[in-house]
Amino acid sequence: MAAEIWTVVEMRDGEVRIPTLEVLGACRRIGDAVGAKVALVLAGKDAEPAGREAAARGADILYLIEHEELAAYRTEPFAKAIADLAAEKKPNAILLPATSQGKDLAPRLAARLGTGLASDCIEADTDSAGVLTFTRPIYAGKVLEKISIPEARPQMATLRPKIFAPGEADPGRQPEVVKVAADLSPDVLGKTVKETIKASTGRVELTEADFIVSGGRGMKEPDQFKILEELADTLGVAVGASRAAVDAGWRDHQDQVGQTGKTVTPTLYIACGISGAIQHLAGMSSAKCIVAVNKDPEAPIFKVADYGIVGDLFEVVPALKNALKETQA
Amino acid sequence: MNIIVCVKHVPDTEAAIKPLPDGSGVATDGLNYVLNPYDEFAVEEAIRIKESGGDSTVTVITVGPEDATKSLRTAIAMGADEGIHLKDPAFLETDAQGTAAILSEAVKTLPYDLILCGKQAVDDDCAQVGPALAERLGIPNVSVVTRMSIESGKVVAHSELEGATQVLECTLPAVLTAQKGLNEPRYPKLPMIMKAKRKEIKILDAAALGMSPEDVAPKAKRLSVSTPPPRRAGRVLEGDVAEVVKETVRLLKEEAKVL
Amino acid sequence: MDFKLSEEQEILRETIRDFAKNEIAPVAAEMDAEAKFPRDIVMKLGELGFMGMMVPGEYGGSELDCVAYTIALEEISKACASTGVTVSVQNSLVCQPLLDHGSEDQKQKYLAPLASGKHLGAFSLTEPEAGSDVANVQTTAVLDGDHYVVNGTKIFVTTGGDADTILLFVSTDRAKKSKGMSALILEKDTPGFSLGKKEDKMGMRASNTYELVLENARIPKENLLGQEGEGIKIGLKALDGGRVGIAAQAVGIAQAALEASVEYSKQRKQFGKAICEFQSIQWMLADMATETDAARLLVWHAADLKDRGLRYTKEAAMAKLFASETAMRTAIKAVQILGGYGYMKDYPVERNFRDAKLTEIYEGTSEIQRLVIAASLLR
Repeated sequence: MAAEIWTVVEMRDGEVRIPTLEVLGACRRIGDAVGAKVALVLAGKDAEPAGREAAARGADILYLIEHEELAAYRTEPFAKAIADLAAEKKPNAILLPATSQGKDLAPRLAARLGTGLASDCIEADTDSAGVLTFTRPIYAGKVLEKISIPEARPQMATLRPKIFAPGEADPGRQPEVVKVAADLSPDVLGKTVKETIKASTGRVELTEADFIVSGGRGMKEPDQFKILEELADTLGVAVGASRAAVDAGWRDHQDQVGQTGKTVTPTLYIACGISGAIQHLAGMSSAKCIVAVNKDPEAPIFKVADYGIVGDLFEVVPALKNALKETQA
Repeated sequence: MNIIVCVKHVPDTEAAIKPLPDGSGVATDGLNYVLNPYDEFAVEEAIRIKESGGDSTVTVITVGPEDATKSLRTAIAMGADEGIHLKDPAFLETDAQGTAAILSEAVKTLPYDLILCGKQAVDDDCAQVGPALAERLGIPNVSVVTRMSIESGKVVAHSELEGATQVLECTLPAVLTAQKGLNEPRYPKLPMIMKAKRKEIKILDAAALGMSPEDVAPKAKRLSVSTPPPRRAGRVLEGDVAEVVKETVRLLKEEAKVL
Repeated sequence: MDFKLSEEQEILRETIRDFAKNEIAPVAAEMDAEAKFPRDIVMKLGELGFMGMMVPGEYGGSELDCVAYTIALEEISKACASTGVTVSVQNSLVCQPLLDHGSEDQKQKYLAPLASGKHLGAFSLTEPEAGSDVANVQTTAVLDGDHYVVNGTKIFVTTGGDADTILLFVSTDRAKKSKGMSALILEKDTPGFSLGKKEDKMGMRASNTYELVLENARIPKENLLGQEGEGIKIGLKALDGGRVGIAAQAVGIAQAALEASVEYSKQRKQFGKAICEFQSIQWMLADMATETDAARLLVWHAADLKDRGLRYTKEAAMAKLFASETAMRTAIKAVQILGGYGYMKDYPVERNFRDAKLTEIYEGTSEIQRLVIAASLLR
């Protein structure tokens, strides 16, 4: 039996989410390097079309585990269903996106399979034998750790979103669709989803945003975040905040970027009135391009910013908004 | 209600962390260790549940080296009733899955209705122990909880997703991992800090838990530790606002190519 | 000799450090600018047990040892020296004398509300004609039936404007000079007692400093602390303990100035590099750090002697002398390191500078401390 490398699918509102495709891309590259088959594992219900479309982006196999109990994501039935299949197919590795769902499911699945798990990896390499080496940030990214799971199988990892290139659609590849029956009793482990409340802003979520505008203590008051929101609306992007702004009660902690907030990997991060404390940098230093606006030329953020503007943000930000609006026109 | 809170003794987030010269690990000499910030939310929640009435006990438990008693005592000073220290040289090298296995062996022997953890430890950032522990105990788990309430033998919890919040209802016992925003942890009162000093902490080693070295050997093995590549220093622009902004936008378009 | 903090001392330090960082530091500059008394902060500190740190549990205190007390005071003062002195006065100059000399009735009545922070305390010894010359107290107290009738003016009373319970040092027998002094417990609403001028100070501006006026004030005779004639003994003993508190406060100020200087020097670039790379700055930082550490050890030594019940007058005086002069030297260097920015109110070191000066003056000037130390050497 040829070795298999698995990507576990995450769905939302009937669609396969982009982080899954990023993991699939990584698995494809690993699979090609070691000659292993890449399988997309979709636990769900009525998801075949979405699964097929995603599988076409790099999978050799689509395992479709459909069951009533899998209609909405819950940790326990998903862990059992996937673990049961893994016990049968014995994949070499199982990778998931390090999203909220992935980070909830992977550890439970790893415990069930009695194997090791590398969390929130930013690099995944393989040797010729298919032993994977992962690089992951620890201590909020202050240092990087290289780890591997030398003996236990399957090797498991979650991959940080927006780092790995998503799988490419490959018209030459027709994934084999394997329908799998799941052995799940009704109400496995007594958990029900009562409702899902969408965040009210309607803006893109921070960890998935390509562009983020963020405000800190330099905003001086909560109302001033309006100017950031206007800038964000111009670009169609997310608004973040530093811990200072959240602790002051100006922004919700869901908006917090930093060590005890969210880790973001946007293409462009504009930091306004943020001094650049280590804990904040931990959350955004992997942004591709950082612009900082601060009136203090000694602010630490200027050490990491690609472009730093020393000036009064209350003048700069509106000017930036207008200039950006013009480039879009 | 018997509430168990799993806590970890970790370096202060303000600490400057550097790899050892040989890259085998992190230099820990002279670092100040504290109760993991996410675990503080868990401890606080447990104490609030206890204070809300009924007859509840809060037990804090940790897998950690000698000094970890400090974090247990901090939790006791906040209001936890009992502390258990799972301490053994064999535990020092284990990985997150191993930690969950060790905790489950200890927790299995205790009465529990609710188990709370922080969502992740701020040193290894694995975020695995909560769900893995739940799996080993065969009970449900809810991750990244920003709000929770106990209602007639069940817990209703708000779990954070990307751009949304899921409201889940779960039978007890269950494992919940705490997210920032769940509550505002209290400062321990001085008399309680002094009292916590006298509290006896139960110590259990691998033999007491019936665990062999193989049981706790790490499956995920660390190969090396390094500093991340430094970001290339950027450019600082000063001067007339309109011109600086214009130039920045031009650079974003033409040089960084992000617009 | 073990210089390591005990586990509970570490937990205490982290707790108060977090509190100071989150609740005090963010408003310290504002309180200084507006000379605003930190009542809310002091209330919260009271709830956490910081206003009666060394008071036994039966009176609602936290039963800390003196070393732990100095650790707490240092952290509070690092964030805000004014809050530090308020807490120090409450603990060392009001709670402690009540504990040492109060009758059971007095302790029951006054100690618990002070220990919990519900009541604020003040220590009133200084007068226009009695500064270092404490025996020259001219406020008189004459027994009239069940009351002492008190007349006089007291100045420079820390927390005088907000205090509920004031330890008032009076002369009950002028002929006996210092042996004719007594200590009375003055309650806020005593008829004949009123507040005079609120001082406008160089530093420690959030601590309110008041003149107290007594015009035929009637204080019940049960409010005599200890015996008549014991006033000077009570006052000086309190000041010994207070000295250790103020020394801890000064260490906090020095530490704040040092940390601000280290951080600034790492970020400030001139002549193509961070100024911390220049020897002149490194030498200044080294001196600041060495002296601050030395001051801290002197404080801990004095506190440790007190905890063991041993004589600590000389050590307390040394600690207070050295720590206060260190705070001043360190703050001066800090302003110099931050240069022009150090002179601006945007940065905290100019406040450290203004706060530090008072530590060399109050609760026994540096000159008095030197006399105390010399007296001890030459005994």
